Amino acid sequence: MSSRIELTGVRQVFNVKNASGRREQFVALDGLDLIVEAGELFVLVGPSGCGKSTVLDLISGLTRPASGTVRVEGREVKGPGLDRGFVFQHYTLLPWRTARGNVEFALEAAGLSRADRRSRAAHYLDLVGLADFADRYPQELSGGMKQRVAIARSLSYQPEVLLMDEPYGALDAQTRERLQEELLTIWRRTGTTIVFITHDIDEAVYLGQRVAVMSSRPGRVQTVIDVDLDRKSPQHDIRSSGQFATYRHHIWSLLRSPDPRSPELRPAAEEADRVA
Amino acid sequence: MPDLLTETTAARPHARQEEAAGIKASPHARARALTLTRGLVGLALLAVVWELAPRTGLINPYFVPPLSQVLAAWGQMVVDGEMLKHVDASLLRSSIGFGLAIAVGVPLGGAIAWYRPVRELLTPVLEIFRNTAALALLPVFVLILGIGETSKIAIVAYACFFPVLLNTISGVSTADPQLLRAARVLGLSPVTTFRKVVFPAALPTIFTGIRLAGAAAVLVLIAAEMIGATAGLGYFINYAQNNFLIPQMYAAILTTALLGLIVNYGLVALERRMSRWRA
Repeated sequence: MSSRIELTGVRQVFNVKNASGRREQFVALDGLDLIVEAGELFVLVGPSGCGKSTVLDLISGLTRPASGTVRVEGREVKGPGLDRGFVFQHYTLLPWRTARGNVEFALEAAGLSRADRRSRAAHYLDLVGLADFADRYPQELSGGMKQRVAIARSLSYQPEVLLMDEPYGALDAQTRERLQEELLTIWRRTGTTIVFITHDIDEAVYLGQRVAVMSSRPGRVQTVIDVDLDRKSPQHDIRSSGQFATYRHHIWSLLRSPDPRSPELRPAAEEADRVA
Repeated sequence: MPDLLTETTAARPHARQEEAAGIKASPHARARALTLTRGLVGLALLAVVWELAPRTGLINPYFVPPLSQVLAAWGQMVVDGEMLKHVDASLLRSSIGFGLAIAVGVPLGGAIAWYRPVRELLTPVLEIFRNTAALALLPVFVLILGIGETSKIAIVAYACFFPVLLNTISGVSTADPQLLRAARVLGLSPVTTFRKVVFPAALPTIFTGIRLAGAAAVLVLIAAEMIGATAGLGYFINYAQNNFLIPQMYAAILTTALLGLIVNYGLVALERRMSRWRA
């Protein structure tokens, strides 16, 4: 139920139009190496525009790298596949289908029979706490509920890897915390490898077993940090512990300080509003 | 980790979300009754003016007979089968033309929007045809297809075709790219993606085109029938005017209005049924 992901020497280049309208090459990733162990909850954190989403697109097979290799469980990624699930920031639910219909949509792609789709959808909607909302249309659901449906949809076909691209970015703080807790539970239950992207340092520390800090222009992994928090007692507010603050500050400093390897010595915060 | 597990299963949306999720904008029955009443009053006023203006000599009753006379003529035409004959002829032509336009316009529009080479090939051609008024082509149609049914069906199909086609193109090409990404991640083939994602997404826009086409179908047909036909509402309106059957003429005109209304409301109702998810 889980796979190891391996990116070696990955370079990704886009053609973009510059200010004067001429085409030029934009190097999104260069010399990126990354290993995500099977069953791990791995977080990529970095400023907007550092190429985090590009990494996820490559793992999902939506795009191919300009050079370097992307492997999932030893096999090179040649295109999208149902061994990898994707949760987008903007839910991407079909508005004309109910919550159940949206989960079943993925299961139709997976080729399940009607009866199997029905029971599988019910199971996963229950897993995300939406059993009573199966017949609601997306428009009748709150942002948090929509994202739960999207998560249920991506888990329903039981991928070995779950890729999450700032899935909670559009949610309010409380809903976000709630969904973070739920994600940890689901992860422990299913054992799926999860690659989670965020620009929120707290989210990264809270969720990640390991957190990769990315630097931008060109995007590469600056440091990988092992987060070893005491998560044994659920009642304990882990976010206000000293340990948590230490990790938080460490990542914060890394994002602030320029990457010694980066040719341009500009602070990450300046990049905050750029889009790759 | 039993604690966390129980918590997750209990992590249902709370009451406010549930409440908010249940909200559906439906006006109160009283407000709706009021709207209906006002509308009826407006119609009644029109009827009263139509009845009294000729009777009081405000307008010449020979050219505009009072509503009661028109309705009497209408009743007579319904009873002796005259009305049915013309409505039947008109309805048949417009529905065949309308159906043809949809049968060709939707798939072609889908192909144009979905396949870039097809779009590039056909866009200039379509631009030229689109900007040619349908009725301007009626003589051409008559010349080629004769004075019979075919030319009238063809002109209706032509007039209906462009609203359907253009709206299909716009609906398909504006399908949410985020949804397309989601479909790609699931490894859906282009055909399946079109069927399950793009087409349903485009349906509301396509329906706008179909409704425009429905209105065009009635309008263009009436005009075409006035020029050359031996039956149909357009033909009869012209015929009645030439033979000074003035109340009958108005009866036929009223019928065309009614027909247009029925077509439009029928399509609106169908559209609503098919897009209930928009709440």
